[in-house]
Order: sequence, then structure tokens, then C-alpha cells
Amino acid sequence: MSEGILSLTVNGDTTQLVLSSSRTLLEVLREDLALTGTKHGCELGECGACTVLIDGLAVLSCVTLAARVEGTEVTTVEGLASGSVLHPLQDAFAELGAAQCGYCTPGMLMAAKALLDAEADPSRSDVEQALAGNLCRCTGYLKILDAVDLAAERLR
Amino acid sequence: MKDHAVVGRPGPRVDAASQVTGRTIFAGDLNLPRMLAGGMLQSSQAHARVVGIDVSAAEALPGVHAVLTGADLPVAYGIFPVSQDEHALAVDKVRYVGEPVVAVAAVDGETVERALSLINVEYEPLDVEITIDEALVAGTRIHGDGDGDNVHRRAALEFGDVESGFESAHLIREDVYFFGGNNHGALEQHAAVAAAGHDGRVTLWSSTQVPHYLHRTLEKVLEMPASRIRVIAAPVGGGFGGKTDPFSHEIVAAKLAMVTGRPVKIVLSREQVFYAHRGRHPTLMWVKTGFDPDGRITAMHFRSFLDGGAYGSYGAASLLYTGVLQTATYKIPNYKFEGVRVFTNKPPCGPKRGHGTPQPRFALECHLDEAAADLGLDPVAIRRRNLVVPDSITVNYLRITSCGIEECLDKAVAASDFSTKHGALPDGKGIGLAVGSYLSGAGLPIYWNDMPQSEVEIKVDRGGGVTVFSMAADVGQGSTSVLATIVAEVLGLEPADLTMVTADTDLTPVDLGSYSSRVTFMAGNAAKEAAESIMGRVAAAVADELELPVDGVIAGGGRVGADDDDEKSLPWADAIQAAIVRGGPLVGSGSYRAPDLAGPYRGSGVGISPAYSYSVAVVQVDCDRETGHVGVEKVWLAHDIGRALNPLLVEGQIEGSVYMALGEALLEEQGFRDALHRGPSLLDYKMPTFLEMPPVESILVETNDPEGPFGAKEVGQGPLLPVIPALANAVHDALGVRIAEVPITPDKVVAALRDVARGGGGHFGPQSVPDFDFGRLTRVDPPADFQP
Repeated sequence: MSEGILSLTVNGDTTQLVLSSSRTLLEVLREDLALTGTKHGCELGECGACTVLIDGLAVLSCVTLAARVEGTEVTTVEGLASGSVLHPLQDAFAELGAAQCGYCTPGMLMAAKALLDAEADPSRSDVEQALAGNLCRCTGYLKILDAVDLAAERLR
Repeated sequence: MKDHAVVGRPGPRVDAASQVTGRTIFAGDLNLPRMLAGGMLQSSQAHARVVGIDVSAAEALPGVHAVLTGADLPVAYGIFPVSQDEHALAVDKVRYVGEPVVAVAAVDGETVERALSLINVEYEPLDVEITIDEALVAGTRIHGDGDGDNVHRRAALEFGDVESGFESAHLIREDVYFFGGNNHGALEQHAAVAAAGHDGRVTLWSSTQVPHYLHRTLEKVLEMPASRIRVIAAPVGGGFGGKTDPFSHEIVAAKLAMVTGRPVKIVLSREQVFYAHRGRHPTLMWVKTGFDPDGRITAMHFRSFLDGGAYGSYGAASLLYTGVLQTATYKIPNYKFEGVRVFTNKPPCGPKRGHGTPQPRFALECHLDEAAADLGLDPVAIRRRNLVVPDSITVNYLRITSCGIEECLDKAVAASDFSTKHGALPDGKGIGLAVGSYLSGAGLPIYWNDMPQSEVEIKVDRGGGVTVFSMAADVGQGSTSVLATIVAEVLGLEPADLTMVTADTDLTPVDLGSYSSRVTFMAGNAAKEAAESIMGRVAAAVADELELPVDGVIAGGGRVGADDDDEKSLPWADAIQAAIVRGGPLVGSGSYRAPDLAGPYRGSGVGISPAYSYSVAVVQVDCDRETGHVGVEKVWLAHDIGRALNPLLVEGQIEGSVYMALGEALLEEQGFRDALHRGPSLLDYKMPTFLEMPPVESILVETNDPEGPFGAKEVGQGPLLPVIPALANAVHDALGVRIAEVPITPDKVVAALRDVARGGGGHFGPQSVPDFDFGRLTRVDPPADFQP
């Protein structure tokens, strides 16, 4: 496995890392950068728990090689709030009970952010389509839909 | 009753802010200095003798720090005292594909994988038993030596006299049903991190629902005093019963940490989660019921056959649970239950949300709809004629106190307009109904003892800070928030004011764990008592300080004093200081033990509970006759919660239960091709996504339980139960076919429709159950105060 020096920009901070080319972005975020907010539920791109943003687009970090994201802006759940001010999605998820165990929540938030950044006034069906790749076993999704609606309204 | 400030108010979880910022630290998120990675080699064989294990190449691999085999952990364990049949790593034999055989700790995950690939295990294959039918007849024993059947447990109980009940019946109906097994599918893969010092102590962080039982297991298997073992349940990323057994990776992580002197982390892969399993038992059921001309039940005979997989787990209870709660919803004057759980060479089954009761609930509620049609009754009428009533006892000695089953039925029927729609929707559309009931905590602990089932301690510091200590593990259901709500209510504070310390065997007093929907009721009562003991001292001190009668002192809005005069009150911090001045350190404790409710027969410990919740589900479907696809349009779910401590969390449990039930009803099956899982991945194991989830109308019925904390009962499991049969009944209403087997997949619907086209009755499912001797029947006289 070849190794190389990689420059990664995550949540606005740029870090130089010596990495094997086989490392996934998920592994590098969690193990090298201690950004454990990003979760894993399958490590095969099937559950959405590892969703992060790459240049604003929702991407599954478990099936993305870290080496492929050099020169991009990666955003994780740790980069969602502005300092001590939560993003409206975070506020809405907390207020409306959209997180139960909270394990899918970081990925869900990032997928929802990608949607709301692209579409300020999504229909319920738009939200369902955009989040359909993110599994949640606790909530039945309904309070997540309500939270995304509320956040979208507050962002408009 | 005074108005409550916090109880009954919808509010966010106390840990919501950390959850939405990614700051909640799950077990797999822990990274300790010098931590090693751990992993396990799993059996490739379904049933075999382990003849030899060669670990020399793995041990020699640079970066490997330890290799363990079954010889290093020889002590058997199991969650039930009667089922001590597991080993952390296989000893002598493997009993299912995926069973852990060898463990490795190494510098990183890649080295672990390489080391595992260098291990050579020599197996001598044995005959494999896969099905219930195979297990019931003589073959190679999975447990024990030689040949014989593979029966794990059997039960045969009769309450009253079913034969005379059948003799007096106007209609007798018999049906057979099958409920496929399924997995919990919690999104968090099981994870454990262990650290051991040179002081002879070991600490284990784990995604466990039961830190206390895990603590006891480690004491036994590691052969160490419990006082030197610390178990911390990290926040659990979904449990649903799947993290309620002590697991081999937990024991192995602790042992590897002790052997290497370095922290060790083991995270199961998703495939390993499917093989670790402990999910819903595949269950074959036969039910025979007699009815009088008005639809009243005269007798019921219920038989269940459970496919237990390779180990006991909770199976001794799971078996009895398939036979006990039929009477919790319907007055059954004569009732007979016979059941058997078998061992098969598949991953062990165990408790999943509803533990052993969703399967018979599916059978019973479909069976009642069939009987209603035979009798010319509608589904509501036949149920209404048989409902249990509050403050009664069942024929099998379940004590029923608060009971909102009728109100749930009325409200669900009214909200859904069921009576107008049933039998009247356009072809392909249908509506179905079912009821259910569940325990608010198992009445007895898993191991026999007379100690409390929940204890809570509270400490108040001089600045007024309140810290609540409880071993209850938050598995996403919000138990920590529920306890905070209860304590805050008593102390006149807000839940967010409290510091919650939970699920740590060094710091927190025992709670038996997050299973059987017990925490709100049991830990909640303990928390209430602990808070009241604090409040008693604070009220006395404030009364003394302000010269008030002590029984007129109340707490609210962060003040303590006269209920009718704000001038005569103290801020919380001053009030607690007055108490400390008068009585020293301000600490309090409370505990809860369920009343002794067991009936006069062996097996009566399963099913008893201090209170039962009730649920009624109505499901409306839109089916495609061509493809057999069943789309769910809407679900109405009325639930007797006793008292909703936090309606937002209650609704969340109802919606999540409906979701999980729909997954089981339509999609999910832990299926096997011989001994191999059909698809141990989240792509192959289909779970409902946003696109499959229908709207849910939750209807809360409050019956104010006399023994629940502020009247509360359970909500985590009960609402799942009626949804699955309500869906099956809706499919019948839509298409005229009876799918007597879960999951109700399109192929089964199409097969039943083809049967109709050929002139058949449109039935899909098993036709018969095996002929089996359930053993000596225990006859039990009904309770003296039983009212048929």
C-alpha cells in the first residue's frame, strides 16, 4: 500500500497527514482527526450514518478514499454550528425529538444540510427522497421530517 | 392533585444538544492512549468439533500483541442462570456459522485482519440441524453428547378446563401461523473498549443495555471479584433488545486488555452483528379457540414452536412469553398453552422489542378476525365482547390494574373511521385493526434475589447543583430524560438543571437494565422516592427557616416555600443550604421492587408486571394486485400510557414502534440458506426508509396508573405489537387473502391471489404444526377471585 502526504481541509482547518492510499475518509476523520461525530453503521455505503459534505454535496465517507478529497472542503457534523450558535437544523432536531439514540443524527443532519443549501423550500417528498439513503431505526423518520421542515422555514 | 410543571410537558431530551453536535460519545468513539484493535475469527462451520487451532503464524506476525482461544476463557456463561451454555470463544465445539473461535489484539485493524487470516482451525464436521422439524426428532445433539432431540425447553400449562370450554362453544376455529425471525438492526454496531491497569482492575465501556448483568458475567468468566471490574454502558446507538445479552466481544476485549496491559477496542462489523443476532425467534403457532354465539371466548388452546438458534440466551423466558399475554387483552375463561423451544445450528435468538409476544399477538389477532367473519361479527365487535377490564385478574394470574384498552379501541376506531371503511374501501385498499398489551417491567429479576430492582441516589452540592445517579442505560428511548423529568418535578427544577450520571457500576446504584420496558416504571419510582427524600429535608429546613407549617411547603420554579405566598420562599440554593446546615450532606436515595405477583405455578414468573400498557392499531393499506406490493397509507395508534411524562418522547416511541413493526410485517427477515445468513448487510436486509414510512396518528390515553411514577406506564414496546396483525388484517380486507406468515412479502401476496384465481381460499402460510409431546401438563385452578 503506498503512502503519501495529504493535505485535507475539514471544517475550515487544513491538516497535513501521512496516509496510506487505502484509507477511507471515514477512517481518517474518526481515527486521525478525532472527529468521531461522523458514525459508521455498515462501512459499505448502505446506511448513510457516515454522510459528510464535500464541497457542499452529501457524500458517504465510508466509501470515499481520503486521497480523493484533497483540495476540497470537507464539512462534518462538528463543523455545522457556528461557534456556540447551533445551525437551525441542529436546533430543530433537538427541539422536535428528531434524535432518539442519536447515532444516525450526524449523517442525517449533513444530508439535510446539503438538501437545504440546494433547495430552500423543499416539499416533503423532496426531503424524503434526499434522505432516503439515511437509515434510522428509532424514530420512524416522522420527527426528522418535521425538524427539516422547521429548519427550512427558519432559514428562509 | 397539584398541577405539574414538568411532568406532562413536551420537551427535548436532556442530551439533545450533544446528540445534534456529534458530541455524544458512543463506545466505538472512545480512543484511549496506546489502544490496540481487537477482532475475532468466526466459525466457518455450522456444527463441528474443534479438533485443533494453530495460532503460531498469527502470534509471530509483527504488531500482534495477543491471541486468545477458548482455553483462555473456559468458564461458561449465559444471561439466564438456567442457560449457562455459552463460551466467549468456542470450547471443543462450534454450533453456528459466525461463532467466535479465536481473538486477536494488534496495533491496528489491518494487522488484526491479517493475523486472523493466518489462523488455521481444524474442524470435524457434525450433522447440522437447521429447522424446527429437524430439531424435534432424534439427531446429533447441539448441546450434550451423542444423539437425541434438540429440545431446549418445553412448557405445558392449563388454566381452568379447556375441554369443557370447547364443549360449550358455538364455534371452534383452528389456525396455524408462522412469524419469521428478524434482527434488531440498531444502527450502531456493537462496540466495546476495555482497559486494565496493573492494579488488578479492569474497566469495560460497552454498547450494552444491561451493565449490571454484564458486570456479573465478567465477574464469573474473568474469575475476578466484581469490585475490581467496572462496567460503563456508553450511550447506546439503538438497542431494541439486541444489546441485552453479555456478548463474547465484551468478554474478549476485557481479557485482551488484561493480557496485553493496553486498552483494546472491538467493533463488530455489520455482518458480525447479524451473526451475533439475539433477535426475534422464528415461531410456528397453532391456535384453537371456542366462541359462544355472541363471539365470547369460551376456551383457547395455543401452541408455539420456537426456533432458538444455537444457544439458550433469554429463550427460557422467550418461550413462556409466547403463551402468557394472550390473556392480558381478552377474558379467556379456560386457557391452555403448550410450547417448545429448540436448538438449531444458527445464530442464537433472543429478545427483540416485544420479546416473544409479537408472534402470538400476530397469530391471535389474525385468528380473531377470521373468527369474527365466521360469526358474522365485525372486528371491533368481537374484540369489544372479550376485552379485559381494569382491576381484574386473568385466568393465568396476571394482575390487571389500570387498563385503557376500551378507550384505546374507541379512539382508534373513531379517528380512523374504521367502521365506515372496513369492507367498504375500493378494491386493493383495506383497513385492519388489532390490539395488544405489554409489561411495564418484568416483575422478577433475571437472577433470583430479594434486593430492589432499581435504586437511585441523589446528591446536592452547596451551589444547589443536583446530581442524579442511576444505572439505567439510555438506549435511545430517553430513560435519562425521563428520570430527569421525575426528579425535576419533585424538586421544582427543570430537567436541564440536573446532572445525570448513569450506567456506571462504580458510580451508580443498581438498576437491572433497559429491557422489558421497565425503566420508566421501576427506575422512575426509585428516582421519585429519592427526590422526595431530598425534598423532605429541604422542606423541613425551609419551614423552620421561614416559620411555616412543613406540610404547606412546596417547590417550584427554582424556589421552595409557601404555596400561596412568594414572599415566604427561598431560592433553591438557599433552601438546600438551610437543609445542609441542619442535617449535613444532602444526599438521598430511593428504590423500587415490584410487588410479589407470581401465581401458584412454575413458570408464573414470566408475564407478571406491576402494570400493563394497552395499544390499539389501525392500519390502512393500498395493495397492488399485479405485483403483490403492500403500501401503507396511514397508521393510527392509540396507546394507554398511564401518564405521559413527556408526550414528545412518548410519541417518538410510538412512531418508532410503528416503524419497526412495519419493517417486520413487510420486509425484514433473518433468513438462512442452510446455515448461512441470506444477506448479512443493510443492503440485503431490507429496512424501511423514509420512502416506506406512512404518517402515524398517535393517540395518547391516560389512565393514571396507581403504582406508576406520576401514573406512568411503558411505551417502548407495547405499540409495536398490534401493528403487525393490523396490517395483515388490512391486507385481508384489501384483497381477500389471508397471509398467515410474517413478513408479508409480495411473493406471498401474489401466491395467495393465484390461489383465489384457482378457486382456493386465498390462504398463504403453514397448514399444520408438528405432532409433539410437550411433556407433563401442569393444571392450575383459576384464581379464587377470577371473573370469567
